[in-house]
Amino acid sequence: MLLPLYLFTLVFVAGPLVYMLLLSFATARSGYGVEWTFTIDNYRRILEPVYLNTFAGSFRLAFTSTLLVCFLGYPFGYFMSKLSRKGKKQAMAALMLPFWVNSLIRLYGWIIILQKKGLLNHVLTSLGLTGKPLKLLYSYPAIVVGMIYVLLPFMVLSVYSSAEKMDWRLVEAARDLGAGRMRAFLTVTLPQTMPGLLSGIILTFIPSMGLFFIADILGGNKIVLVGSLIQEQMTRGSNWPFAAALAVIMMIMTTLMLKLYRRVTSGGRLEGIG
Amino acid sequence: MNVRKSSIWERIYLGIMFLVMYLPIGVVIAFSFNESKLPVRFTGFSLVWYEKLFADHAMMEALLNSLILGVLSCLLSAVIGTLGAVGLSRTRWRSRGLMEYISILPLMIPEIILGMVLMAFFYMLRLPFGMLTLLIGHTIFCVPYILIEVKARLEGLDPFLEEAARDMGAGPLRTFRDVTLPLVMPAVLSGSLLAFAMSMDDVVISIFINGPRLSTLPIKVYTQIKTGVTPEINALCTIMLAATVLAFAAWYLCKKLTGGKEEDEQQVD
Repeated sequence: MLLPLYLFTLVFVAGPLVYMLLLSFATARSGYGVEWTFTIDNYRRILEPVYLNTFAGSFRLAFTSTLLVCFLGYPFGYFMSKLSRKGKKQAMAALMLPFWVNSLIRLYGWIIILQKKGLLNHVLTSLGLTGKPLKLLYSYPAIVVGMIYVLLPFMVLSVYSSAEKMDWRLVEAARDLGAGRMRAFLTVTLPQTMPGLLSGIILTFIPSMGLFFIADILGGNKIVLVGSLIQEQMTRGSNWPFAAALAVIMMIMTTLMLKLYRRVTSGGRLEGIG
Repeated sequence: MNVRKSSIWERIYLGIMFLVMYLPIGVVIAFSFNESKLPVRFTGFSLVWYEKLFADHAMMEALLNSLILGVLSCLLSAVIGTLGAVGLSRTRWRSRGLMEYISILPLMIPEIILGMVLMAFFYMLRLPFGMLTLLIGHTIFCVPYILIEVKARLEGLDPFLEEAARDMGAGPLRTFRDVTLPLVMPAVLSGSLLAFAMSMDDVVISIFINGPRLSTLPIKVYTQIKTGVTPEINALCTIMLAATVLAFAAWYLCKKLTGGKEEDEQQVD
């Protein structure tokens, strides 16, 4: 019974990953060719300022988006866990539905809203808040909006599932013993929901490094991320070994973050993935 | 003191957040029925963009490709995933943990890496880029969904049911067909629906392995969006949305069928 899974997984999951590792040490030839002579030049090349900047830029964007997702998503998930049983069910369904909707469609909706002759500018000018239409689309904030939009459900789900497991009697006890709302939240609620928050952070941070198509659609290719760099090296740049080296570095970072997460939550699973 | 009652402000916050979440989706739907080409003001109800869309052969072909691909990868991964989950739950092999880890890996790897790695790998294997490579690629990221769902279901099952069947004289095959499979069927279905939705949603991986001639619907949408906004895309997106809502409703029902514990199950990764 295990045969199909073992065969498939070994050939098409493990196989390509091993191939990527090998490829990252190979030499690029012109065209799509690869020469199998060992080199570490691909990794050395990543240290060039241009590429280091790309990594820094990706980090900055991932960091900004994750931070904002935290601030918006934590209360979201936490408040949701305080709803009535029926309210929770409805909120959960309402949250899961966009998860299923093609992310392109959702981003496309933002284009309509943000574009120069779009909805938001129309509203702003009609209200007289701005004289001429603002340039909202194809900018850094537009990318951040897209990132938040796509990643928020991950955070909400994981905060929600850990707030659900929380022992509310502790909060009650703290309040009864005289702690104010804020104090009770900081000393009781927050520590108890920490695993959810952390898993949300990781679930947001990891994909945000790779979501190149958001930067592509909403940012108009202005900001080069590691993801777009890999794509470019695979297609126009046609330097596959270099792309493989970039991917290996990204994989290592992803794995480290997952390890970190496992340590933080002492071996738990990632919470809240649909 | 009831600390677990949500205040009116908290409800308002949730309301606003949900509103913002659904705003882009609502905008897409509304303007697909708009007469005017400019998505600024609603000038009148019209189905003209739908007519244009259905007349577009390339678009219809992409839709067909996506449907074929979604169904095939869903079926293939349902077989591999279900057999795998049942197998994994029984084996005592030491490779078990590692295999499970590798099988779930496609969900953890950033999509862009999976896409690029597959492109290089298929190129090395000299596979012709097209439906075949897309099918393999989609199956790779669909298997984990089914594996996870079925595994969760198996863990909640009474092991004595299978044992009883064996004691009564049913062979292993018969036990699987008559006892295990019907019991895990809801999980197989909900996993398959999720897999189907993911397959219909995927751009990043597909764009690396689709080859020069074959296009799927998301790829088509992606390339069109990059060039600008047209009302036909609105119409297309609305149709895709309707399909998604249907799939979601079906998935929700499947979840309900697996017992009234859907909240617990959604917490399982």
